[in-house]
Amino acid sequence: MSAPDPAIRTTLADANLQLAIYTNTGRFKDNRSKAVSPETLPEYQDLRTRAAEIKQHTLDFLDVYLLQLEAAVNANGGKVIWAQTGEEAADFVLQLAKEKGANVIVKSKSMTSEEIHLNERLIHHELDAVETDLGEYILQLAGQRPYHIVAPAIHMTRHDVADIFEEKLGVAHDTVIENQAMTARRVLREKFLQAGIGITGANFLLADSGAVVIVENEGNARLSHSAPKIHIAIAGIEKLIPRMRDLAVFLDLLGRSASGQPLTSYTSIVSGPRRAGELDGPEEFYIVLLDAGRTKLLADVEKRESLRCIRCAACLNTCPVYRKIGGHNYPWVYSGPIGKVITPQFKGNEKDPWLPFASSLCGACAEVCPVKIDLPGILLKLRHEAKPDPKDTRVFGLWSWLMRRPAMYSLAAKIGLSWLGRQPNGWLNKVPWPANSPSGPLTAWLSERDFPAPPPKPFRELWVERKVKERKK
Amino acid sequence: MDSRDAIFERVRSAIGRKLGQKPLPPPEPLLRVSAKTVEQRLARFRAALEALGGTVTLVPNFASARQAVETLVDGQSFVASPHPFLAQCGIAGMPYANPEELRNACATAGVGITSAYCLLAQTGTIVLRATPQEPRLISLLPPVHIAVVPQDRLLTNLDEMLSMIPRPVDDSSAMVLVTGPSRTGDIEQFLVRGVHGPGHVHVVIVGG
Amino acid sequence: MVDVLEQLGYEVEFRPAQTCCAQPAFNSGFHDQARPVAEHFLDVFSDAETIIVPSGSCTSMIKHHYAELFANDPKNLARVDSIVPRVWEFSQFLLNSADLDKLSPRFPHKVTYHDSCHALRELKLKDAPRLLLKRVQDLELVEMEAAEECCGFGGTFSVKFAQISGAMARTKVDSILQTGATHVVSLDSSCLMQLRGALSRGGHNIEIVHLAEVLASRK
Repeated sequence: MSAPDPAIRTTLADANLQLAIYTNTGRFKDNRSKAVSPETLPEYQDLRTRAAEIKQHTLDFLDVYLLQLEAAVNANGGKVIWAQTGEEAADFVLQLAKEKGANVIVKSKSMTSEEIHLNERLIHHELDAVETDLGEYILQLAGQRPYHIVAPAIHMTRHDVADIFEEKLGVAHDTVIENQAMTARRVLREKFLQAGIGITGANFLLADSGAVVIVENEGNARLSHSAPKIHIAIAGIEKLIPRMRDLAVFLDLLGRSASGQPLTSYTSIVSGPRRAGELDGPEEFYIVLLDAGRTKLLADVEKRESLRCIRCAACLNTCPVYRKIGGHNYPWVYSGPIGKVITPQFKGNEKDPWLPFASSLCGACAEVCPVKIDLPGILLKLRHEAKPDPKDTRVFGLWSWLMRRPAMYSLAAKIGLSWLGRQPNGWLNKVPWPANSPSGPLTAWLSERDFPAPPPKPFRELWVERKVKERKK
Repeated sequence: MDSRDAIFERVRSAIGRKLGQKPLPPPEPLLRVSAKTVEQRLARFRAALEALGGTVTLVPNFASARQAVETLVDGQSFVASPHPFLAQCGIAGMPYANPEELRNACATAGVGITSAYCLLAQTGTIVLRATPQEPRLISLLPPVHIAVVPQDRLLTNLDEMLSMIPRPVDDSSAMVLVTGPSRTGDIEQFLVRGVHGPGHVHVVIVGG
Repeated sequence: MVDVLEQLGYEVEFRPAQTCCAQPAFNSGFHDQARPVAEHFLDVFSDAETIIVPSGSCTSMIKHHYAELFANDPKNLARVDSIVPRVWEFSQFLLNSADLDKLSPRFPHKVTYHDSCHALRELKLKDAPRLLLKRVQDLELVEMEAAEECCGFGGTFSVKFAQISGAMARTKVDSILQTGATHVVSLDSSCLMQLRGALSRGGHNIEIVHLAEVLASRK
């Protein structure tokens, strides 16, 4: 169960990075709590409850809503593409691009496409696939994966961006953020106007309308689905909600939970290709519905609720562990508490067995989750399902034996206390016993903190003395 | 078995359902609709949009709407939707013969003028629906967007719109809720407007 | 705690057979090792009238997770159902049941309160401990900004992920220092141990005390 120690250590030791992560997530966190406070949104808890119910219901009857969505998309003149794997989804895009001679592909931010490495696949086939969200664009130029679900370049500063733009775009070194944004606008606007295909993700899929809902602030998603002749939306099958009317609940929660915005700048509801008489909009519209492990989660009744996630990242911003180790120390594109919960379920618990254990189980994430996913509860289940470390099995076996033998327990406690009591701080780890071997728990504890001086006597002795005194009176 | 059938089979086996088995009804939608007066809606719309950096101009009639738009355009080049309400106000939408013409005009114009499907007071939102009379690029490519909208289209919130029209995209291929200017905070959470969409949003509400 | 409860007129009994609530094993995924320990707890306490626990975390383990542990054991599940309403976290019990006017603690210090995660989020104890602190004579309560943020203990997390745990504790310490308080109060001894260790390592002379110690104080 070894965590990527050196990488985590590097992150923790980087003071600038620590400050960037902590202040940026802190700002999101504060904005969220203002936006859902009882003064601002008294019905917040009702909205959460309803959102959780609606999502859960949709998952429990997903076959029905998938059919309904497909029929509605067909009726609107679009097409649903079913992809069992990321490869299948990418192959569809590749083939279509080849067929239509679309060499430039613009992409708006989508975690699902990150998950299946869509860009890498397209670029490998010599297509010019460009990320258009400012943060994602910077990361694409830098060759990095998103640091955060909502704010992908949260770990970078204007100085990093100036370096990257200078090196990759050949522009003058400029650390003024407005200028950097306008450089991106200029470069990417050309791409939008050249692109044959626009790819977006989907925040929601509306079964009753056959529509894709895309939430954003910059306008790059609008451009991606409005300017090119073909619009492809790639979404996991769990993105469904039954009705357009449900957006009243979900939009109010998503923006507030993510960034504290009652509504983001743009919410697009795209229901098909352009209709007769329209002079713009895509001529072809596809929704790629992706499984890629989702049905496996769906089959697990106890943990199915992890699929309710609407990717708002509120759990990241409030997580004291994420706020220390940042996004790149998590093994997959999904970081923070939700990453800890879904990565083992998608990739297998064996691959990064440390992941569900890297939590203090403080529960701050569950408190802010707009769809009420029991994140710490699922972590506990994943821990229980994990293949136990033989060393831990021995320790807890002994512990369990001891805890059922009060006399032994009190003796052990007494020995422990009197022994600890005699050791001055810092000496503890010089005594040869397993707990302070280089990998022992005591060494680990002392690497970060002192060991508090123990009480002079165990409580049970004080209790006996107290009773004796009372009797004497 | 193709992917479609394979996915359906896996979904059904995951949730333990058979083909054609009836589902339970979904939870009721939660729509919060409260009656607000015109004055309240106007005040709220103005406050919400101005807080985001947009402007709101209230005018009494078509002629003054046209005047307000002229002031906002301030001599810049512009494109306007061929929308009947704009025509009523005397704001001429150029007839575009083909998609290329429209696209080029939008890509070079300084200002795009549209009407709107409706306005949402609560959030300061302009609701646009793509139709032949309301092309999508006009409100998207130029750096300035002006929406000219009759006052009776000012609703309280999204919930009210959805309670009146449960599936507003049935007769359109796309709907966009525009809430203030384009913005980004992707670099150091520093707010920059107009990164991809219009950096300036003005709404002219025509009363009476 | 015993002093406080006796001052309030309760007859307090300590059962020496008690050991642990079983949370360390349960939280590490070792249900089979946790179950007999939880059963031992039930054996020791099943006939008690009221069980008062000086820890939010242990209280929450018993009240919220025992049922899961014994999901396939109807006999013990029935014992859990019967015991849960009689289990109280200390501050929760005082505020719900006790005649607090019988208590006249004095603690002439500037104090900040650390919300322990399980007391706050699983037992919803945000106000109870603060209301109790406000009754203490000469005590000045100052809120720290990160009051609700985890101290980083988290059981085995504190040793398995010592660097992360330590970094979390230091953030908490910074927040404590900003208040200028001389004492930090909490409901859980595990948080207290973590904070005490981190404050000591940082060379800060700030005392860490359990709420019961404050309420028992008459200095």
